[in-house]
Amino acid sequence: MTDFLQLLFSGLATGAIYALVALGFTLLWQASGTINFAQGEFVMVPAIVMVIALHMGVQIIPAFIMACVFSTIVLGWAFKRGLVDPLFKHGMMPIVVATIGLSFVLRNGVRAGYSAEPQPFPQIFPDDIYNIGGVILSATDIGTLVVAGFLIWATQAFLSKTVTGRAMQAVAQNTESATVLGINVPRMILYTFAINALLAAAAALLVTPTFLAKFDMGELLGTKAFFAAIIGGFTNSRGALVGGLLVGVLENMAAAYISPAYKDAVALIVFMFVIMFRPQGLLGRKEERKV
Amino acid sequence: MKRLHLSLLVIAAIFMVVTPTFLKNYGIHLFTTWLIYMIAIMGLNLTVGYAGQKSLGHAAFFGIGAYTVAILIKAGISFWIGLPIGALLCFVIGLGLGFPALRVQTIYLAFATLGFNAAVWLVMRNEEWLTGGTYGINNIMRPEFFGMSLDRNLPYYYMVLVITVVLALLLGGLLRSPWGKAFKALRDNPIRAESLGVDTRSYTLLAFAIGSGFAGIAGGLFAAQVGFIDPAPFAVHYSIMMYLMVVVGGPGYFFGPVIGAAVGVILPEWLRFAQAWYLTVFGFAVVALMIWLPDGLLSIPDRIRARKQSKAASAARAASAKQIGEAS
Repeated sequence: MTDFLQLLFSGLATGAIYALVALGFTLLWQASGTINFAQGEFVMVPAIVMVIALHMGVQIIPAFIMACVFSTIVLGWAFKRGLVDPLFKHGMMPIVVATIGLSFVLRNGVRAGYSAEPQPFPQIFPDDIYNIGGVILSATDIGTLVVAGFLIWATQAFLSKTVTGRAMQAVAQNTESATVLGINVPRMILYTFAINALLAAAAALLVTPTFLAKFDMGELLGTKAFFAAIIGGFTNSRGALVGGLLVGVLENMAAAYISPAYKDAVALIVFMFVIMFRPQGLLGRKEERKV
Repeated sequence: MKRLHLSLLVIAAIFMVVTPTFLKNYGIHLFTTWLIYMIAIMGLNLTVGYAGQKSLGHAAFFGIGAYTVAILIKAGISFWIGLPIGALLCFVIGLGLGFPALRVQTIYLAFATLGFNAAVWLVMRNEEWLTGGTYGINNIMRPEFFGMSLDRNLPYYYMVLVITVVLALLLGGLLRSPWGKAFKALRDNPIRAESLGVDTRSYTLLAFAIGSGFAGIAGGLFAAQVGFIDPAPFAVHYSIMMYLMVVVGGPGYFFGPVIGAAVGVILPEWLRFAQAWYLTVFGFAVVALMIWLPDGLLSIPDRIRARKQSKAASAARAASAKQIGEAS
């Protein structure tokens, strides 16, 4: 039982990071119909920015703030203006292909222009370990879970409690009526892109101490976030949370109880089942087909 | 216009036959790889470009074909039996993968096929008794062709060239038949196709199965060409790359795969000294292509023609407007 709790807990910590990345992914989809195949790279880039800042002797907190600013401008605003806006009229698949192209640009640009080696990153939480009734909890796991949980809660609260957040939801649900109601639609979409970029930067801060900053660190993370988002349901931002935690916990359990070699297959199997039998996701709404 | 096409084809044929005789071993190897990818991309072009089924799992079939041929050769079975078996296996599995496509479309289908690819890759990596795991399978013998050894690169190249041409002719025939029209109908408006009596169910499945069969053949040829296979070239990343090759060449253009495979195979080798930068530039090019030429490189002539026509039409309009003005 203690083993199980142990696995559950560390799975939740990983899952919280997946959920963080997946949340940005679903927000983008809802607000602008953008499926971002470069989502993993959106975590890698701020991580590299932080590493560069740390090498220049900046402290971790200012470095994180710099990464957030960089992220919001480049991966939020510039991404929207330069890539999504011109492609919006062509429909979904060209945006998908273009974001794949963007992931090539970011990944290989960092590899060629900065470094192909993994860069060490300081621990952000103390390396204390607590023993609670036989379950060993590390401060990193607890910290990750708390910070990620808080950020997800804060995003949800922002979306449902503030006027801006509600306007953003209105845009996501029905762009035309939102326009009629006098909501500044392009600005709300821009906010969504900014929030996505910030969530990715936060995920970078949490994940890099264990993953190390490397040009291809986003590949695995991005894939897991996709799976999490689809399992939970694209059309519901709570879906990302459910999907992320589910994937994190299940793969941790599978690695321990089934086979470490097939750890990555668990998310895949759940995902395939969801795609086949409930394509709108566990929490999603069904979308009607149009002729 | 027809004559221009024909002369271009003749020039291309002469180029493909003559150039390798001037190339060193490595160049021939590269040309062979180009042809092999061309076959795979032709299949994907059928699935994605003509039938409109977004598949991101093509490298899995390429791998299944390669492993089938490699394992059978290791078991002492001839390449010429292994190749059709690999193709058939891919056809059947492709038929199976078509089933999700009956339920989900566009991006969901892309994700489902991507997941399939990831699963196949895990099996290739983990099932050492069958695939050799990360060590792969080595010393895969080149086949003989009616007693003629294909061990040297040039004869092997010509064999692959013949197979490519035969497959291209088959595909061309298929696309000109009513089947080809049905595939396009499926892409352009599936619901209307259904109400016009096209059996969308069978055609969706077939689009996957035939495309996968092509990838299987390409995989088998690849295994015998390089003599060593491991799971690396069959990962999800390569499926995405293959999809990009279709998109860059021009989805739904018959000769799109020729351009697409060249961009995906020849260019990176040529620019090998700057590989990471090459991929960076390639990424930029894909983004730019999506913004300005979403139908791929081969849509340029169509674009120019359409522009000319609209210019001619507007000139005619202006002229007739003037005439009407003078008459009144």
